[in-house]
Amino acid sequence: MFRKTVRGGVHPCGHKSLSNDSPIRYFPLSDTLYVSMQQHIGAPASPVVRPGDHVLKGQLIASSQGNISAPVHAPTSGRILALAEHTAPHPSGLPVLVATLEPDGLDEWGALNPPSDPMALSPEEVCIRIGAAGIVGMGGATFPSAVKLNLSLNSQIQTLIINGGECEPYLSCDDRLMRERATLIIQGILLMQHAVQAREVLVGIEDNKPDAISAMQQAAQGSGVQVIPVPSQYPMGSEKQLIQQLTGIEIPAMSRAAASGIIVHNVATAYAAAEALYQGKPLVSRIVTLSGGAVTHPGNWQVPLGTLASHFLNRASGFNEKPARLIMGGPMMGIQLPDLNVPVIKGTSGILALTENEINHTNPGPCVRCGNCVRSCPMGLLPLEMAANIRSGELKKANELGLHDCVACGACSYICPSSIPLTHLFNYAKGELAQQQKARQKMENTKVLAQRRERRLERQAKEKEALMAARRAAAAAKKAAQQQKEEA
Amino acid sequence: MPVSSFPPNHGPHIHNSTGNTSILQNSSAHLPALMLQVMLALSPATLFSFWAYGWPSFILWLICLTSALLWESLLLKLFGKSVSKHLKDGSALVTAWILALCLPPWAPWWLAIVGTFLAIVIIKQIFGGLGQNVFNPAMAARVMLLIAFPVEMTQWINPAPVLDNMPSALTFQFPDISSSISYIFSSQALPDGATGATFLSDIKMQIEAGTPAHIATAVSSSANQPAYSVLDTGLGLHSGSLGEGSALLLSLGGLFLLWRGIITWQAPVGLLLGIAIPALLLNQASPELYPGADFHLLNGATMLAAWFIVTDPVTCPVTARGRLIFGLGCGLLAYLIRTFGNYPEGIAFAVMLMNSATPVIDRYIQPRIYGRSRRGQALAVNNPAADK
Ligand code: SF4
Ligand code: SF4
Repeated sequence: MFRKTVRGGVHPCGHKSLSNDSPIRYFPLSDTLYVSMQQHIGAPASPVVRPGDHVLKGQLIASSQGNISAPVHAPTSGRILALAEHTAPHPSGLPVLVATLEPDGLDEWGALNPPSDPMALSPEEVCIRIGAAGIVGMGGATFPSAVKLNLSLNSQIQTLIINGGECEPYLSCDDRLMRERATLIIQGILLMQHAVQAREVLVGIEDNKPDAISAMQQAAQGSGVQVIPVPSQYPMGSEKQLIQQLTGIEIPAMSRAAASGIIVHNVATAYAAAEALYQGKPLVSRIVTLSGGAVTHPGNWQVPLGTLASHFLNRASGFNEKPARLIMGGPMMGIQLPDLNVPVIKGTSGILALTENEINHTNPGPCVRCGNCVRSCPMGLLPLEMAANIRSGELKKANELGLHDCVACGACSYICPSSIPLTHLFNYAKGELAQQQKARQKMENTKVLAQRRERRLERQAKEKEALMAARRAAAAAKKAAQQQKEEA
Repeated sequence: MPVSSFPPNHGPHIHNSTGNTSILQNSSAHLPALMLQVMLALSPATLFSFWAYGWPSFILWLICLTSALLWESLLLKLFGKSVSKHLKDGSALVTAWILALCLPPWAPWWLAIVGTFLAIVIIKQIFGGLGQNVFNPAMAARVMLLIAFPVEMTQWINPAPVLDNMPSALTFQFPDISSSISYIFSSQALPDGATGATFLSDIKMQIEAGTPAHIATAVSSSANQPAYSVLDTGLGLHSGSLGEGSALLLSLGGLFLLWRGIITWQAPVGLLLGIAIPALLLNQASPELYPGADFHLLNGATMLAAWFIVTDPVTCPVTARGRLIFGLGCGLLAYLIRTFGNYPEGIAFAVMLMNSATPVIDRYIQPRIYGRSRRGQALAVNNPAADK
């Protein structure tokens, strides 16, 4: 069969060699940890500890609430100092509830109760345990993994895809993880396969990571897991593109991959699942790439969640020049940090400090219709047309052109010779449209409420009238009766 | 704990122009660098023309570039835009350069100035500046000049090396700088031997007069007119516009741009096929009426248009398929005008016609969106695991 290949894409310089030769090191505990209640997409976790409580490492400090949420555990043993609002990396940009934890230095684990044979558990039980360990999508999306697994239990799963693409420049945390801890990753992958009852498992790794590929292939031997190199091309690690590359299947617009029998998880997520079920350890630390031209010692560190980025950067490396931009995540889709006073969370794949030379300063010029953005868009969109419509305020028209299908990968902005902030415009327009939708919804709701109230009042008035009429009638009857009596 | 705001500023934080170690990626990332490379690609053919047509052609080229910069600055100032910022993009220079290559090599100075005025002021800036113009400025200016000044626009010069082998060489020497200046600035009549017809018009006339095409393209028609040969014409040794002559050097420049990823192959290939296919077919059908494909590919503005005009991003469609259609259309129309129209060369007209069709092509030729059908409907969901 003629296989559809992934369209578009760009080839940014990887800068991987800055950090991919440095093995994972353990970052020591800070004096204070700032553990965010919102380290995932969905409702924030609700605290189950109080200031002053002593907690052990791995102890639940906040439980998930609502359908889409994830619990939070203590990254080390110590005392809860406070529960207060603090800035934490979250797309909303709003301050979130943060538990401040003072480590006691013992780093003492609570009771670890791993099941004797995780593979003997029922799929539902595996999902529950993955959820209870607070595991979320570690690639940066931070969608609660258990929810994703559960959702796909309802639709039959043919293929479990494990994303080891790591197509973002600079990042090498997944690369190191696969090189150093492949065995446990494969165990986690098999667990996930068991959890969704997938018939096949494909691991996609970009071919610029030959060591990771061979380590994973070796660990996967005899397990039925297929490790497949994929071309190094941004955004190969995007869910839809990786699925297309590995299976040739295109996920229909506006539907979830699970509906087509496919589910995608990150390698680091699989690793966390293995730790949770084989060792009983919830998610309390993650591997973070520290890189960028402005840091002296780029590298990969296993960092306790809640460590302040500033502390991490200063202890682990320091700057060799003033960074022009600080980023959490990768340079293509990560978010800019106004300062380093934010904690490391479950989705922090990297902390980058880029120099003037590494970021783009050119002011946007006019669109020369060169078509580079069209060629590079992996979704087959017309970025220049959408941008022109957004600029002239025609959000609806931009939406008709496919704004909805844009995955915000940034390839178009990256390649535009006029430095037009295309992706930024799309993010803005999507936000604006969502807000309009919400406002419409609200208006609709108020209208319904008002109508109901009106009807209620009307009904009440009628009832009152009826009552009065009845009373009047009764009174009249009484009067008549009395008159009759008097007459008699 | 102070609660500072946390403005989410999403990526990408890097750009094609940043942090790349490869020169290849860096150099085409911004507009000025792009334009610079287009000029680099134009250079071999242009230098060859200076050698072939002498000082007057160089002076004319210089007038084009200078006047274009002046017009552009004037207009930018008039529209209240930053002159230094916009001049730097280099687009005016490229337009002027291409226009210069389309003029007769010894054309009078005012033709160049009127030409750049038309291209920069009328076609480009009045339409809204860079990126907004509907027509290719150089081609539109060429068409307007041809209609307004048909005599001056068809004064073709025989290139020096050819002239040397002609009987007329005895009576005419190539001018030095000072007499070159006088040729350009005082409309002094050109000596008889210096001028000759282009092959396109010469052979068209011969065929119309009844000479079979295969004979017209094989022998010389007069003492001042060399015979057509694939080799000489491909190298550029024939009379014609200032810089259209050397199919070889123009293609070299074009391939350079292709290699750098500055242009895409669809429009050039479309144009070449659009000309070659009908030429081949008609030539097969009746060789005495229609010259072969090589004749049409090597003569006139074919190569200049293929590599430097139909690749103008502003006025051609944005999608790959759209560009192929655009190129094919240009080629086909150019061939039809050359063969059946009143003008021996029709590329400029063809390009203008296709320019006006660009919005339509862009409207109907769009890439298919991932997960959707061509008509925009979501694909049907199909779960292989659920079937069994
Ligand atoms: S890449 Fe930039 S200049 Fe080129 S067509 Fe797209 S928006 Fe316009
Ligand atoms: S950001 Fe959106 S429009 Fe731009 S390349 Fe990515 S998917 Fe296409």
